[in-house]
Amino acid sequence: MIIALVGASLGYLFTNQIKLGLDLQGGMHLVLEVDDPEGIMAPEARADAIDRAERILRTRIDEFGVEEPIVQKVGSDRIIVELPGIGLNDESRAKDLIQQSAFLEFKLVLPITELEAALSRIDRQIVGALGVDSIRALGRNEEGPSQDIQNLIFGGQGADSTPTDSTQADSTGVEQGPEVEDSSVNLRPFTSLLSSGDIEGAYLVGTEDIEVAQLFLALPEVQRALPRNTSLHWEADPIGLGQRTYRRLIVTEEDAFVTGEMLETATAQRDPQFNQPQVSFQFNRAGGRRFSNFTTQHIGDYIAIVLDDEIVSAPVVQDRIGASGVINMGNSDMVQAGDLALVLRAGALPARLAIMEERTVGPSLGQDSIDRGRIAGLIGVVFVVVIMALYYHVAGILAVMALAVYGLLVLGALSAFGFTLTLPGMAGLILSVGMAVDANVLIFERIREELTLGRATRTAVDAGFAHALSAIVDANMTTLFTALILFQFGTGPVRGFAVTLAIGIVASFFSALYVTRTFFLLYLSRKKASDPISI
Amino acid sequence: MKLFNQANFAFIEKRRRAYVFSAALILVGLAAMIFNVFSLGRWQNYGVDFTGGSLIQVEFHQPTTAAELRAALGGAQAPPITRFGEDNEFTIRAPLGNDDVETIRARFENQLAAAFESDVFTIVRTETVGPKIGAELERNALLAILFSFFVTMIYIAMRFELRFGLAAVIATAHDILITLGFLAMFRVEIALPTVAAILTIVGYSLNDTIVVFDRVRENLNAKGGRRQDPLELVNHSINATLPRTVLTSGTTLAVLLALLVVGGAVIRDFTLVLILGVAIGTYSSIFVASPALLEIQKRFGDGSAIRERRKKRGAPATA
Repeated sequence: MIIALVGASLGYLFTNQIKLGLDLQGGMHLVLEVDDPEGIMAPEARADAIDRAERILRTRIDEFGVEEPIVQKVGSDRIIVELPGIGLNDESRAKDLIQQSAFLEFKLVLPITELEAALSRIDRQIVGALGVDSIRALGRNEEGPSQDIQNLIFGGQGADSTPTDSTQADSTGVEQGPEVEDSSVNLRPFTSLLSSGDIEGAYLVGTEDIEVAQLFLALPEVQRALPRNTSLHWEADPIGLGQRTYRRLIVTEEDAFVTGEMLETATAQRDPQFNQPQVSFQFNRAGGRRFSNFTTQHIGDYIAIVLDDEIVSAPVVQDRIGASGVINMGNSDMVQAGDLALVLRAGALPARLAIMEERTVGPSLGQDSIDRGRIAGLIGVVFVVVIMALYYHVAGILAVMALAVYGLLVLGALSAFGFTLTLPGMAGLILSVGMAVDANVLIFERIREELTLGRATRTAVDAGFAHALSAIVDANMTTLFTALILFQFGTGPVRGFAVTLAIGIVASFFSALYVTRTFFLLYLSRKKASDPISI
Repeated sequence: MKLFNQANFAFIEKRRRAYVFSAALILVGLAAMIFNVFSLGRWQNYGVDFTGGSLIQVEFHQPTTAAELRAALGGAQAPPITRFGEDNEFTIRAPLGNDDVETIRARFENQLAAAFESDVFTIVRTETVGPKIGAELERNALLAILFSFFVTMIYIAMRFELRFGLAAVIATAHDILITLGFLAMFRVEIALPTVAAILTIVGYSLNDTIVVFDRVRENLNAKGGRRQDPLELVNHSINATLPRTVLTSGTTLAVLLALLVVGGAVIRDFTLVLILGVAIGTYSSIFVASPALLEIQKRFGDGSAIRERRKKRGAPATA
């Protein structure tokens, strides 16, 4: 039995290596939760979202090309992602890949006239929600004094409210002139940020104003003030007009006519004309049919391709479009295009995931820990061997052999069950080695005691094992209980400790009571019952 | 070679001195914790694993001092910087903010690049922990320890007697308290490995205590054991297990010292806590657990009265 177990352990050790934790081998460890800081989601909805997110993340990460990644649901609301070998340089790319919702929508762009009527209401809502003082405090007044002074001075005078035409915005990038429809409002925080756009359905917002505009748009009051079935989306890439840079804010229908769920596939490629990276996609049959029907009805209109609430492009429909299309990636590189294609293929995350914990260990640090651990382990082994041999002579050497079996069993079990060895896990091993040594010491001390009492060798050995049994059983059982409880309550690192400790205790129990005893009997069988033994 | 063969030290007689010693250690530890609450705001020097926040570990390829690094990171406004091990490695802790670790890292990198040449340093580790995770870790570790106390007590009460279980838990709690006191006093950063170390101490201390108690149980159940003077019986049991105690603790300490010397910075704190724990655990199984057993027996009886009464009403109790 001993030989069989040792053989099995050796077999496992040679075929599969022991998995090292990221703290030892280097890599990236993430703990993710559904981003829901206010706790609005029902627990079932959250559990469902996590389930789906786990599947999608697994697909994404499998394609990402990391060796032995782990995507694992923990409890009902958490996902652990472990990417071995992801160093500090790939950190942000890996995080983007994991966190990107990749929710693709196709929406009809609406003319800005759809929003005009609502603008003054939006401004009123912002003033009402934030108060005049805090709007002034947002710093818009300092940055664009002329504009705000104009607003304050001419606020009540009812200037023309039509936006300046696009040629003017193109050539000069001048802010839109003061315009107020409601005389009771003399602050127009939102409208004052908008210039009319260069394409249909688009406003332009200077890059320096974007943060404030986004803050306004995030207000629930503003969202409610939008006209029915319209929504506003930012275009992802800024554009430069004259000396200033802008981002387009585009008015679209709220409901998408096709979403990424109907995608069949997506691939990264280079635009044959300009050699720029792009992602081409193909709809499945239902998606293709819907897409071509819709585009047939909307020739000449603009369509917004919305990815995670941002517009990646807004092409005009020249002709009926069939089952495929492309997303131009502009200034991005092929790696980013490849990643986008990957996340589109894997599907959209059902909810935003927040990173609760993130650890990245560079490979050099992990290697250092392993090397030092190895040296320390060797020195430790030498100490134990020397002490046992000096103190218990032949019996000590038998114990060391039993400990070697113990070591093989533990390592074999770790690799057979695919457990990961971490730094805390090594602590668990140290404790269980200590207990394995202790069990042998207990037995030998007992045998010595029996010998001092004048028992015959064979009887003394039997009595020694018998008497030491209760102490070994009780000590191992309590520690095993502790390990199990720690496993139950513990999170990541505590669990790693508990697992190696539990395995170690079972192995040490077996090695002390069974293996040491077998070796002892083999040793005794070569002697007569009355011969002295070396202990 | 035999150590402490036929030893007969009067351990139990010295228990009052041990009480004073233990009480002093615990009081000093508690004082350090209270002092920390006022000066640090927390009773222990919690690392980012508990407080939440970001940690960045940077390695310099040339001799660098903490002061140089601090100057590079904004002088008086610099975040806490700790030397990591004996090499030119440092950890920089940044409190929880709205920035994620990459933003913080980029900021540090820029500051470092401005002060040092770019090929002089490497960032070898980054960590960011949300506040929720830290709070959970603390709660779960505490729950686990308390629950394991409970289960241990029940198990020992079943295998031994209730008072043994109580005494074992008292001794283990004593060890944890003293260890936490030391950690507070030297402001050892409490990180995940430290938690593992404390859990290891729980295991070791229990193991040690049970070995002594096992001998007490055996002697108690031997012929005439119950009639023997409990104090003498316990003392005798401690002396009988002394060779084993010394050998096991000695071996463990030797291995740990090896770890301490060559194990490197990553596990240095961890090993220190373990060494401390093994020393205290050994001490407590002799000087705390065993006296506690006697004290409990003195106050509440050894349970034999109940046993006798159950067996036969009116039979004289032997205590």
